[in-house]
Amino acid sequence: MAKSNKPIVWGLFAAGGTITAFLLPVVVLLTLFAALGMTPDLFTYEYLHAFAANWLGKLVIFGVIFLSLWHAAHRLRITMHDFGLRQDLWIATTVYVLAALGTIMTFFYLLRI
Amino acid sequence: MSERQIQLEVLRYNPETDSEPRLQTYSVPCLNEWVVLDALNYVKDNLDTTLSYRWSCHMAVCGSCGMMINGEPKLACKAFIREYADQIRVEPLANFPIERDLVTAVEDFIAKLASVKPYLIPKEDKPIEAGEFKQTPTELKKYKQYTLCINCMLCYAACPQYGLVPEFLGPAAIALAHRYNQDSRDGGRDQRQEVIASHEGVWECSFVGACSEVCPKHVDPAGALQQVKIASTIDWYKEHLMPWVKK
Ligand code: SF4
Ligand code: FES
Repeated sequence: MAKSNKPIVWGLFAAGGTITAFLLPVVVLLTLFAALGMTPDLFTYEYLHAFAANWLGKLVIFGVIFLSLWHAAHRLRITMHDFGLRQDLWIATTVYVLAALGTIMTFFYLLRI
Repeated sequence: MSERQIQLEVLRYNPETDSEPRLQTYSVPCLNEWVVLDALNYVKDNLDTTLSYRWSCHMAVCGSCGMMINGEPKLACKAFIREYADQIRVEPLANFPIERDLVTAVEDFIAKLASVKPYLIPKEDKPIEAGEFKQTPTELKKYKQYTLCINCMLCYAACPQYGLVPEFLGPAAIALAHRYNQDSRDGGRDQRQEVIASHEGVWECSFVGACSEVCPKHVDPAGALQQVKIASTIDWYKEHLMPWVKK
């Protein structure tokens, strides 16, 4: 029996899962505050733009988006399987290509800021 | 002692005469403190001697009385009648071939257990004169929980992945491998990894978690599998990205 290569995608899935588990509630909370008209000064466009313009900020944003995308892709793949869709090769290819595309786009969009 | 008349619906199958399984209902006067196994024993002793099922200890340690009770994998000796309505359905463990009535074929499961080398493989040979392999309570605690498995196969009956992919090594076998891998006296992890880090090994698991829910001994096989995934992932990165690092 050969060892599986699944750790590549699973490693990203696990890391992304940890990050989204921490950040998603924060995003929900902030959106709620924004909806109620309570936006702290730190979250104005100028501040966030400055954050995204800094290379460290870029790195953080890239890490979060990249890992979340791969987490979502793998989660979708497993969910499809649980729903009874068994064309795993096709599904896996589709979701991972989408995640890769998103990763590349994130990279270039961040570079442009 | 209160008594209740229970309609016990039991799946019957005799490979010599039946082309397919059928349900047979027995009316059983059950005492309040009975478990489903007591009701089956009542049937066997008083109503129908042809009924076949496995049991031995009647105290949730031998692991032989696993069956589906109202569709859920349970130990018949741990499923109290008082927790059920007046009609109870008893079937052989799901995901396993039926041998006869409630008896399932266990060969596949046993072969899988054996395939993970579930025994201590010491790091180095030590002559007897050199004394015993010592272990601290902390080291024992790392794997103790995984030694509690009684091989009842409830986790396999609960696992949808095993139902879909019979080659999947499954919860108990991987948890057992993990038990030895976590043992400070053991050095056989590399050998076990060849089996459990394969595609049919831990990577067939999609973390449904049903195994840990049905486990009567709180082994938490799902937890063991996730730990194995993390360790195997670290291995993979080490092997492929840092081949110069010795494990
Ligand atoms: S892990 Fe739990 S459910 Fe699975 S065989 Fe062992 S005792 Fe039974
Ligand atoms: S009879 Fe031994 S576990 Fe139920």
